[in-house]
Amino acid sequence: MTGIQIVQSASTVPERVVPNDELNAYMDTSDEWISTRTGIKQRHVSTGQTTSDLCTQVAQKLLDQTDWQASDLDFIIVATMSPDYMTPATAAIVQGRIGAKKAFAFDLNAACSGFIYGLKVAEGLLQTPGTRGMLIGGEVLSKLIDWHERSTAVLFGDGAAGVLLANDKQTESAFLASDLQTIGDLGDKLTAGYQPVNSVFASDSTDPHQRYFEMDGRAVYKFATHQVPESIQRAVTKAGLLVQDVDYFILHQANQRILDQIAKRLDQPSTKFLTNVADYGNTSAASVPILLNEVIQNDTIQRGQIIALSGFGGGLTVGTQIIKY
Amino acid sequence: MTNDEIFSKVQAIIVDQTGEDAEKVTMTTNIKQDLDADSLDIFEVINEIEDEFDIKIETEEGIETVSDLVTFVEKQLADKE
Repeated sequence: MTGIQIVQSASTVPERVVPNDELNAYMDTSDEWISTRTGIKQRHVSTGQTTSDLCTQVAQKLLDQTDWQASDLDFIIVATMSPDYMTPATAAIVQGRIGAKKAFAFDLNAACSGFIYGLKVAEGLLQTPGTRGMLIGGEVLSKLIDWHERSTAVLFGDGAAGVLLANDKQTESAFLASDLQTIGDLGDKLTAGYQPVNSVFASDSTDPHQRYFEMDGRAVYKFATHQVPESIQRAVTKAGLLVQDVDYFILHQANQRILDQIAKRLDQPSTKFLTNVADYGNTSAASVPILLNEVIQNDTIQRGQIIALSGFGGGLTVGTQIIKY
Repeated sequence: MTNDEIFSKVQAIIVDQTGEDAEKVTMTTNIKQDLDADSLDIFEVINEIEDEFDIKIETEEGIETVSDLVTFVEKQLADKE
């Protein structure tokens, strides 16, 4: 694989900010309880914006930041676990709204690992020099939350972010190595959005609460703190590098305590683990690209640096992409 | 493995996770109340104990003191033999 580059990044979040203390109106909680356990101080929440609305805004921002036309795009992928519809795919809606007439478009669901899985798929689609694509992670998780359930409601937020990718044979590839894993027999540890099998032929007696986020907190915590360091280690080794060669770790922003444990297990300084979970909460597939965009735009990361991007979550899935930005 | 050996390992795990002095971690210590440990600290302690002893702790119910943890580990190890 040669020549694949991250050309641009962009993000958007709903304007409505919900600080921790506002959640007292719906459940017994406090800023102290939430922030000590998660690092989250606030989240952005949709007041009606759909996932396709947020993703379309990101798509338009990305194009505005380049001299590309929408019609230059060969593909659009939206990584999401909260699409507007089962069909049309969110990516198809985006494609229609921005007029990317040449692009084929589809959604990809690997929950919080979605953006990383999306990078892997995009890498395969970008084999031919001259290919151009768009990958967006976008979520409106607020519609999947039981807002009276303290164990899950405090964790999540809404938002979208993405990148433009291109295969330019004049450049070296940014994509050094990846590692993707799924442990499906732990899938019941983190669920949301169950679709009941109801029809004139069937009646589903599944607990209606299954349409909301439900989580075995300890199992997910153990999965994340054990599997993410191992995934990062495997990816780094595939790239012919050592963990200490990584300049920055951009991990899925699920919980600051998980990030701290991962840093400890990798024996790497916490300063390498960039974070914005305090401001956005867990935005699932949007989480990695929202942070990636932020640290690109504020010049925290520089061209040529080695970045480890890692997602982990529902599936249960984990994925790491080592890039040379 | 003796009761004392189990306690030593459990004590070491709790000390590592909570940063408490070993002297403060005794058999009668209440993990949440006496050690200022929150739910994630308890997650980490129980996860480490599962790994250390190669056992599964299906539920944290009934585990409040270090003695509860040691007794639980002892029983799990005995069931395995």
